[in-house]
Amino acid sequence: MAIEIKMPALSPTMEEGTLAKWLVAEGDNVRSGDVIAEIETDKATMEVEAIEDGKVGKILVPAGTENVKVNAVIAVLLEDGEKSSYIKAISPESPVTTPANRPANPPANSPTTVPATAPTTIFAEPVAAADVSWTGASTTLTVRESLRDAMAEEMRRDENVFIMGEEVAEYQGAYKVTQGLLDEFGAKRVIDTPITEQGFAGLGVGAAFGELRPIVEFMTFNFAMQAIDQIINSAAKTLYMSGGQMGCPIVFRGPNGAASRVAAQHSQCFASWYAHCPGLKVVAPYSAADAKGLLKAAIRDPNPVIFLEHEVLYGQSFEVPDDDDWIVPIGKANILRSGTDVTIVAFSIMVGRALEAANGLAEQGISAEVIDLRSIRPLDTDTIVASVKKTSRLVSCEEGFPFAGIGAEIAMQVMEQAFDWLDAPIARVTGKDVPMPYAANLEALALPQVDDIVATAMAACDGFKG
Amino acid sequence: MPVVVKRVGRMSAKVETKRKRGPGRPPKTPTTMVSGVNDMPPTEDLVSMYKDMLLIRRFEEKAGQLYGMGQIGGFCHLYIGQEAVVVGLQSASAPGDTVVTSYRDHGHMLACGMDSDGVMAELTGRAGGYSRGKGGSMHMFSREKNFFGGHGIVGAQVPIGVGLAFSHKYKNEPNVCMTYLGDGAVNQGQVYESFNMAALWHLPVVFVIENNQYGMGTKVSRAAAGRALADRGMAYGIPGRQVDGMNVLAVRTAALEALAHCREGNGPFILEMKTYRYRGHSMSDPAKYRTREEVDAMRKQHDPIDQIREILKDQNVDDARLKEIDSDIKAIVTKATEFAQTSPEPDPSELFTDILLPLTDSKLIAKG
Repeated sequence: MAIEIKMPALSPTMEEGTLAKWLVAEGDNVRSGDVIAEIETDKATMEVEAIEDGKVGKILVPAGTENVKVNAVIAVLLEDGEKSSYIKAISPESPVTTPANRPANPPANSPTTVPATAPTTIFAEPVAAADVSWTGASTTLTVRESLRDAMAEEMRRDENVFIMGEEVAEYQGAYKVTQGLLDEFGAKRVIDTPITEQGFAGLGVGAAFGELRPIVEFMTFNFAMQAIDQIINSAAKTLYMSGGQMGCPIVFRGPNGAASRVAAQHSQCFASWYAHCPGLKVVAPYSAADAKGLLKAAIRDPNPVIFLEHEVLYGQSFEVPDDDDWIVPIGKANILRSGTDVTIVAFSIMVGRALEAANGLAEQGISAEVIDLRSIRPLDTDTIVASVKKTSRLVSCEEGFPFAGIGAEIAMQVMEQAFDWLDAPIARVTGKDVPMPYAANLEALALPQVDDIVATAMAACDGFKG
Repeated sequence: MPVVVKRVGRMSAKVETKRKRGPGRPPKTPTTMVSGVNDMPPTEDLVSMYKDMLLIRRFEEKAGQLYGMGQIGGFCHLYIGQEAVVVGLQSASAPGDTVVTSYRDHGHMLACGMDSDGVMAELTGRAGGYSRGKGGSMHMFSREKNFFGGHGIVGAQVPIGVGLAFSHKYKNEPNVCMTYLGDGAVNQGQVYESFNMAALWHLPVVFVIENNQYGMGTKVSRAAAGRALADRGMAYGIPGRQVDGMNVLAVRTAALEALAHCREGNGPFILEMKTYRYRGHSMSDPAKYRTREEVDAMRKQHDPIDQIREILKDQNVDDARLKEIDSDIKAIVTKATEFAQTSPEPDPSELFTDILLPLTDSKLIAKG
């Protein structure tokens, strides 16, 4: 029986990759453990090993093929005595993604041109969301690249800016966000730490008190719970406790929220944890342009900033302005889609799902306004309230738990400031109130999906549509 | 006073003379005790140390009194008995060296040269306090005097001190951060995270463990396993010394060695100061965990201020001079007390200031 060799997944969030090189040819004999190919993702190059002994019967995906889907059959091994005629019937099972499924990069300023996709999508396809104020040239970059560029530009600008964290230097970043920084800036400014979150978070705070400008990367914000005392008690509160003497210009950044299939201890949104505390700024960008502009603003900010990234967004591409001084001020939301019937607010990965939901709602005759909060604290309540006064309905979306979440705060603020304009109860779409399960079906149920937003927005509009 | 450096434990006594080590190498010998002095400092330096210690003593006595009168609120951890530690360290420090400590911090602030009016007014929660009344006893700072707190969470100041040392090294400053921690804090995990990074990156930090024998009400022997606290850095190759922390000259001798070690780029150093606090852990501590006799014996036989006063007499500082110093110190504390009692409470508008620093670059400011 011929053995199918399939495109392997290299990380929990990998969906496709490039088959860079075959190290074997048809007819070669291989043994279990032999390296037979190299595959690349946007994060890394990895070797593929044969998992059984046999003879390479057929290579189905030639070297250099991009966008090979995980689990596509890339080659077939023949066992002893098998003839290649056994494999004639086997053909590649759509190993290459079709252009229609490729990340869409529509022109800036036109997020509404994104084609609607099936509302059952678990992870929304990326949508360009360049800042509407930018009219100059732009380049398509991934969120990962834009974060790296932001740090590199700020490190060039200010020699007191440095980055430290686990695997940020020689490994080039656990999620490759710091790729290339060690080469350019050297080991003095790009510092691999031991696995010691509380220690290096506190060291960063001390360095900030010492008038440096640290960027502290947490491999994920789940691990920052080890360091939360230093973040809250030392970074956030010391300015107040010192009567204004002890500014702490530090950025704590890293992926936040649910990745994919990594279960409860590695899948949580911490936005409401940090947003709760005075003395911190909290930002959570969606697009690459915002990721870059907000990170540069965070690094220049004289206060501690919690910078919440999202692993699933790292590889997604957007238009980013060609401007070394591209800054997105912290505290300003962005209206990505204008609408009249319902306001949908979201941040980070939920923005993509909200935009997709807005397309679905449009098909139902509902005009949704989509606001990317970008900054959680300070929260741009002016923009939310102005929108609610126009639409009279509000749906808040977040990946985090519902209880005492960001949606709860937004609902309270809107009730305080726009109660008389509301035509329906404020609704929220959140992660379910359970630790994140591992099983794929349960995980999908636990995460807020596009369909949930559509249904919640329609319920909010129910009975009020003419 | 002769040099008395002896090994602790069952090893035979030996004076250790060669102490210079390369970074990252483990200490060659078990803990040594520093209990004397190599060179007697000039008399005026001794007088200065005496003044600093006496100021801390009198200041703290007054703070205790004000606490009893209800004029100081919350927690108030007095430094009485431990004065030789911070004064000895400061006498060996250089301009630009930084200091960070925990919440038993009034002595450190005074020894760093912070104004006693401002410290006392912070204790009474007044606008004239170092933190304008918003920090209190445990949270005071002075960038001008290189005093970086005043931190209320046991052990949290230790990585911060390593960060200050990191900034010294990053900026090529010839300075050292003196990071103080207690015998209770040495059991916090982040202390070892800090030891590891400080040793790994050869950071100029002296970890000063003020072993006053009790972490709140728990005697060290009931909380800390293993050998002397000075040895807690051995696994990281950090040299350590036990020091008679009641003897300011022994502290100074040890501090000179430790600071030179750090300044020469050899990485961190640990000094375990064997000291004693006469008062409770905080003002609300009845101190039932130790006997009155134990405290009295320490006061009578080891008091750091009595010890240096005797040395001054040996150096022919006469009684009239000593009386004059006493009277000067008393006047400073009286003035500080009056200031702390008359400085106004912070304006209610202060409630909402100093939460975030304002942005000055217009590009960073979100516009409506």
